[in-house]
Amino acid sequence: MNPHTRHLRGLTIATAVTITAALALVFFYAPLDVNQGFVQKIFYVHVPLAIVSLCGYVLGGIFAIGYLRTGRRVWDMRSYCAIHMALIFSIGGIISGSIWAKASWGHWWVWSEPTLVSYLIVILLFATYQPLRFSIEDPERQARYAAVFAVVGAAFVPLNFIAVRLSTAFVHPRVLNLEGGALPGSMKLVFYISLLGIALLFATLMKYEMAAKTMRIETRRLRRRLLGDDAVRPLGRSAAPS
Amino acid sequence: MKATLAVLRKDLLLELRTLETVPAMALFAVTVFVIFHFGLNRSSLSGQLAAGVLTATLLFAAMLAINRLFVAEREQGGFDAFLLAPVDRTAMLVAKATTLFIFLAVLEVIAVPAFALLLAPPGLGQAVPGLVLILALTNLAFAVIGTLVSAIAVQTRARDLIGPIIGLPLMIPALIATARGLGPLLTVHGSGAPPGKWLAVLGLYDLVNALLAYAVFDFLLED
Amino acid sequence: MSPDSHAAIELRGLTRHFGERTALREVSVEVPAGATLAVLGRNGAGKSTLLRILATLLRPHAGVAALFGEELPRRGWAVRGRIGLLGHDPLLYRDLTARENLRYHARLHAVEPERVEEVLAAVGMARRGEDPVRSLSRGMVQRVAVARAILHRPALLLLDEPRANLDPGASALIEPLIGRASGLTRVITSHDPRSALAEADLVLALRDGAVEYVGPPDGLSETALREVYA
Repeated sequence: MNPHTRHLRGLTIATAVTITAALALVFFYAPLDVNQGFVQKIFYVHVPLAIVSLCGYVLGGIFAIGYLRTGRRVWDMRSYCAIHMALIFSIGGIISGSIWAKASWGHWWVWSEPTLVSYLIVILLFATYQPLRFSIEDPERQARYAAVFAVVGAAFVPLNFIAVRLSTAFVHPRVLNLEGGALPGSMKLVFYISLLGIALLFATLMKYEMAAKTMRIETRRLRRRLLGDDAVRPLGRSAAPS
Repeated sequence: MKATLAVLRKDLLLELRTLETVPAMALFAVTVFVIFHFGLNRSSLSGQLAAGVLTATLLFAAMLAINRLFVAEREQGGFDAFLLAPVDRTAMLVAKATTLFIFLAVLEVIAVPAFALLLAPPGLGQAVPGLVLILALTNLAFAVIGTLVSAIAVQTRARDLIGPIIGLPLMIPALIATARGLGPLLTVHGSGAPPGKWLAVLGLYDLVNALLAYAVFDFLLED
Repeated sequence: MSPDSHAAIELRGLTRHFGERTALREVSVEVPAGATLAVLGRNGAGKSTLLRILATLLRPHAGVAALFGEELPRRGWAVRGRIGLLGHDPLLYRDLTARENLRYHARLHAVEPERVEEVLAAVGMARRGEDPVRSLSRGMVQRVAVARAILHRPALLLLDEPRANLDPGASALIEPLIGRASGLTRVITSHDPRSALAEADLVLALRDGAVEYVGPPDGLSETALREVYA
């Protein structure tokens, strides 16, 4: 029995329910923002995506520490899947952020918003994770080097944010921001449910990816055992753990 | 400590024998100044623009050294020879970071006067002490991150590509702090004192990265 | 128990993979101190992998590898300075002179500087000591590599084709240093099984990473030998 498929069904259902509820609340319950109108509702997608993806990178780093300490391949798999998912979520996060910036400030990109800028730098860094893995052939070394990279990258996330934040002379006066706590109660509720939904989505997709990858490795191992080592085509180069 | 000195000494000796890295970095930096002169169509820069051009040039020149830092170890058996010796593996990290720091310092001894001559407005003499202080902290950041990145990249197939694409994002915080710290220094009639905020950011970045490199470097050497 | 009461090399079920490929499969052999083990096999049979594991440069994936009673890789640091490796790669910087290279190794191994002159003279390279390694002939590089391998007075020599590129004169010169006469525990690999067998106390024949034969050299029949290289 593949250990990664445990709880997968329950998690999937919980994710579907929470996301549906969050969307319903966003469209039918959350009040329209007085200044920005309807487009402000992208906030409920963008901010959770950004938070979850950043946590995903840090999580990837923490899993990588697990790999470096134990040398067990399952930690490498976890680290890889966390960073992989975080990258995908980041793309959504940066695109939705850009749309929001266009709607509220009239530009697709604003350098004066430190969160967005530091987010871009983090994406640029972690976008090199896959090419790095891809260019190391020996799977053991690939896992080890990727783990070192992930640890350094995870520490980079907060450091980079501090540096970028300090460099921004002024922050756009925002109607809504997380730190200000200026969110009205109803918006806050919807926001937290959206955050939960996106976090659950991350966990579910990550578990699916791990289950699929583990299954593939297991199948390959069984085929090699049944048919002999030479009957199974050798692995091509891959960025994924094998 | 002895092993660190042995590796450092060997690296400096190799550079003296081959003169491969530092002259190339210096030449590169001066060429980039010329490129900026034409690209920006300015004969003199000051303030933040000057700081940005200087910092970016130093960063790119540093990438040249970072790409080469471990190539001799990888291709001429230096890693194996070092691993066969009964010494602490951190010695390699410290020695390589020191080598890189020295390379950058020598580069700056050439590139900063060249910058002053070619692009900076006259009358920035009072900025020198602040400049030295900031660049020392910057070199430390570049040296530590550069060593780590170089040790990762040298074992990959596309090491010339992997090094810069990993290294440049990791160095952006140091770049921000250096450029913003140098900005007021390179302003004509400026205060000449480096802003404490950016010195603190650079110092913090140096410290965290040094600790991080110390913690993970051993994993890059074993096989 | 003093470490000398252990076998110099003890391998039990040693296994090492590279990805999906198994480079060494359950290799077991015991080499007493002062004995010579010849490792035979075709290219890719696992000889170099075995040498790299014994040199503490590669970690085993399963089984036990112990040198002088110290188990690898955990206790690798305890034996590291007692191993002399002479591989395909001379482990010398091409742009430094022979003497500079040896001085670097002497510093790493905390060996006194006079020892550098001693080994340079022993391999007959004292007069070319100031030439950069890249300007030396292959045979000369090999002699400097021998000097490097014995510089720190190792107790165990790992020799991969030790006489490659050497003319008979040079071969005779290094004989007392790394040959039988050195009295050291040795592991030798060679493409030329005859010469390796002649100086071996024990033979380990590998084929595709698995043990084909292990035992005294006279137990290996002509046909079995041909089988190993077939």
